[in-house]
Formats: sequence, structure tokens, C-alpha cells
Amino acid sequence: MATSSYGRLIKEGLWSNNQALVALLGLCPLLAVTNTAVNGLGLGLATLVVLTLSNATISIIRNWVRPEVRLPVFVLIIASFVTAVELSMMAWFYELYRILGIFIPLIVTNCTIIGRAEAFASKNPLGRSLVDGLAMGLGFTLVLTALGAMREIIGLGTLFSQADLMFGEVAAGLYMSLGEDFKGMLLAILPPGAFIGLGFMIALKNLIDKQLSRARKAVAVATTHPAPAAGGTA
Amino acid sequence: MRFLTITSPHSARPNSVTVTMLWVIVALLPGAVAMTWYFGWGIAIHMLLASITAVVAEGLVLKLRRRPALPAIQDLSAVVTALLFAIAIPPLLPWWLTLLGTAFAIIVAKHLYGGIGYNPFNPAMVGYVLLLISYPVEMTTWLPPIMLNQTPLDFAQTLHAIFTGSLPPGLSWDGITMATPLDEMRNQLNHNRMISEIRQSPLWGDFGGLGWEWVGNWYLLGGAILLYKRIISWHIPVSMLGAVLVMAMLFHFLDQESHPFGLFHIFSGGTLLGAFFIATDPVTASTTHRGQLIYGACIGLITYVIRRWGGYPDAVAFAVLLMNMAVPMIDYYTQPRVFGQQSSSNE
Repeated sequence: MATSSYGRLIKEGLWSNNQALVALLGLCPLLAVTNTAVNGLGLGLATLVVLTLSNATISIIRNWVRPEVRLPVFVLIIASFVTAVELSMMAWFYELYRILGIFIPLIVTNCTIIGRAEAFASKNPLGRSLVDGLAMGLGFTLVLTALGAMREIIGLGTLFSQADLMFGEVAAGLYMSLGEDFKGMLLAILPPGAFIGLGFMIALKNLIDKQLSRARKAVAVATTHPAPAAGGTA
Repeated sequence: MRFLTITSPHSARPNSVTVTMLWVIVALLPGAVAMTWYFGWGIAIHMLLASITAVVAEGLVLKLRRRPALPAIQDLSAVVTALLFAIAIPPLLPWWLTLLGTAFAIIVAKHLYGGIGYNPFNPAMVGYVLLLISYPVEMTTWLPPIMLNQTPLDFAQTLHAIFTGSLPPGLSWDGITMATPLDEMRNQLNHNRMISEIRQSPLWGDFGGLGWEWVGNWYLLGGAILLYKRIISWHIPVSMLGAVLVMAMLFHFLDQESHPFGLFHIFSGGTLLGAFFIATDPVTASTTHRGQLIYGACIGLITYVIRRWGGYPDAVAFAVLLMNMAVPMIDYYTQPRVFGQQSSSNE
């Protein structure tokens, strides 16, 4: 694991060790804010920034921080970055900041960030920690946005509503709607919808993994003799 | 379950799930026919629609799970789910909502948890609650009972209303629909009117709403059939109805003008249907007799609490789902003592 290439790091962050779909970390913001695609994207990007910066910083100081005090130091660093992100959002994306509300400061308690700091950044050099932070953050953002989009389409019949809050007036053209007559399923944008939606996303990921490993096994069987060993890890 | 001692020859009953489900359907018939009589063809149409959807969904999902579909469809459990769902929903509900609710009940609430015998939540009630939370307006648009209905729709008009959402000329949705008695009572009480004043409206019968209370009586008959055939035991219905009655009477005697008489709660909404047909679902209910008493009483309690202080007029579905969650714990703490076991080692 420690000697794996950057490509492997990116693949782990986006897919095989995705923090939301495999590690199931950071579920509180994941479930709470993903009622629209833009909210999910906004929180995802904020988390991405914090995760990348904290991973990089912790990797730099990893040799000077004594193990006994590492967790408080990590939390301190993460909290500083979260505060910085919060203040920047207040300055430049005030409307989005108001919608996301308490969940921006709560990024500091997101287990993904402290988890990556402890499990990866405190043991790896700067470059790899930076890539790991980016990949994990991106994987988290993608899940948040996909879940947000799914819930928004089913619950409200729209997609990327309020995109202008984030990307300016240009993005207003992203807005899509299924029409005024569409009667949204309110449950999807309520908390149960988040749990059910995430459950279906995890099921879909497991299904794809299963198909891939089966296809790989079939290839292996075709090329060599049938091997009794199991395929890839879960 | 009690095993009767009978003389030989002992012959095993054939597939007992099918027989049980068949009897549930038979017991449900009086109530269903009464509903159709009082509220029009919509109920019957939805029953058919929901049954077809349920069987198709069951077949599809079993095919997906690579299980033999025919035995599972023949056990009629999907049809029972569909029928229970269909008599809980308003008679003029748009057709696609019935499809959605039934499909969700069968696919998500039943088969994603492992199919018949494994589902922790009552599928029919999951489908109903899904729709109630997602589409509150459509799900509370009820028709008045036949004797109060000035413009009853005939079969073709009902079919038209369900499938296209349009009414015959001259009628409007606001004009033909009416709140359920529970809803009505709640609204009037929220306007600070007294019970004696509210009950002067022609809407009310002896205990509950006009017409509604008779539907309740037919469910009671159905429940008696199930009890007689030993398909359900008395514990859950008695404890559930008892809890509702005790709570309602307690508050009624504390303040007679703002809490309706106890029997109003028994004969309104889904209380009787829930007590005999929904809470007694053998898969999702508690399995020990002591546990069933606790389970039923808690359902009654929660039903009353939500009706009185909660945000929804009726609460049987919520109460059943909430207690479904508690069933594993109830079963754990009410395991009967094995014969010969020291009672001191028991809790």
C-alpha cells in the first residue's frame, strides 16, 4: 500500500476506497445537505479544499509532531482550515453559505478528514498526501453531487437549481426542469430519502464491482487453468 | 400456535401460507365490499390495480433474485399486501401513485430485506407511509360516504378520474371531496369548537363518521373470522384496541369537550383494520404472547398520541412501523421460559 503509485491513489479515492461509499465516513453532512445537486457540490468542494490542505500540512509536520499529541494537533489544523473556508464562503458565496449553514463549520467533525490525516498523511510524504487528499475529496464530492442530483430530480423534478449561487449568472443555464406538472416525491428530499438513496448507490457500486470481478475471473479462467483463489478484495 | 389433538388419520394441510393468505383475503372481503359500497368503485379499481402491480413486481424481483417466481406468487402474500394497501388509500387516488406505492412495498420493503418471512416492516404500511409523506394532498383527498354524496360517480367516471385526473363536467375536486372524520374532528377542534357543537353536523354517526363506522364493523367481522380460524391470536387486537380505548377514555373524562368519546377512536380511521389485519401480520409482529400484548398496547398508545398531538390525522400506519422496529427487542425480553428451566435464572 505504501509503495503504490499515484494512479493507484486516485483510483482508491474515487472508487475502491471511496470515503462515502466504501468507508461510509462523513455520513452526517452527506445525508443532511444533499437535497439538491448544488448543495451537495458546494459542501463537497468545501470538504475537498479542507481535506487537501489539511493532508498537505499534516504531511509536512508529520516528523515533528510527537505521537502522543498528534490528534489534538490534527484537529487544530483541520479546524483552522475549516474556519478559513467558512470565512471565504461567507465572503464570496454568501447565499450558498446560508443554505449550507451549520454544515460548513461541521466539516471539522467529518471523519473522512481526520481519518485520512491519521491513516495516510501522517505516514506519507507531501506529494502523495496531496494527491490522496485531492482524490478522496473528489470521490466524496462526486458522491455528494450524484446523491444530491438524484434526490433533486425525484423530489423536486429539477436539476442544478440555484446553480447561479455558486458559479455566477452563467450557470443559470444549467438549470433543468421536468416541467411544472411534475409532482415530486417529497420523501426523496426528506432525510429518509437520503438514507434510501445512499443505500441504492452503495448497492449499485457493489453490483458493478461484482460484475467486474466476475468478468476478470472469466478472463483468468479462459487464459489459465481455473484458480481456486478469490478475486479482488471487497 | 396451538396444536389441536385430533384423532387419526393425521393429514398435513397443503401449503399453509396460501391457505392463511386466502383466509385473510376472505376476512377482508366484508370490509372491502362495504368500502366500495360507501365510497364508490374507486376502492375496487385500486384493489385490482394494486394486486396486478404487486404480482408483477413480485415476479420481476424474484426473477432478478434468480428464485422460482411461481410458488411465491401462488402464496398470495403479495396480493394481501396489495389489498391492504388499496383499502387504506383514497378512492380517487391517481393510478400511478397506487403503482408507485405497491411497487415500493413489494420491491423495497419486502424483497430488499429478503422476501416473505424476512421483512422487518409491514410492506403495505411502508407503501402507504411513503405516499402519505410524499403526496400529502392526494392522500388526504377522500370522498364523502354514499349517503352524504350529492354527486356519486359511476364506474366509468371513477375510472376516468383515476386514470386521467379529470372529473365529469360541472364537478370540481373541492366540490366532491371531503375530509375523513378524523381529519374533520381535528380541524374543528383546532378551531376551538366543542365536541357537542361539532357533532351536530350530519357527518357523524353513533360513534365515528357516518358510513365509516359501518366499515369498521365489517372489519370487526373479518377479524372475528380470522380469530375463529386461529389465523391470528387475540393478543394483538385486544391489547391495541384496549390501549386506544383506555387513552381516549382517560382524556375524554378529563375534558369531555375537547376529546371525543373513546369509541370514536376505535371506529375512525384505520384502527379496526389495523388491529385485526395490519398489526397482526405474522412476519412483522412479535411472536410471543406476552410480547404481542406489549406490541399491541404500544401501537394503540402511539396511535392515540400521534392522533391527539401529532401532525397527521391518522397514525395507525406510523404506529405499526415504529413498533415493527421494536419487535426484535420485545421478542428478546419476552422469551417464554423453557419447561424445566429455573425461574430464578430468568429476568
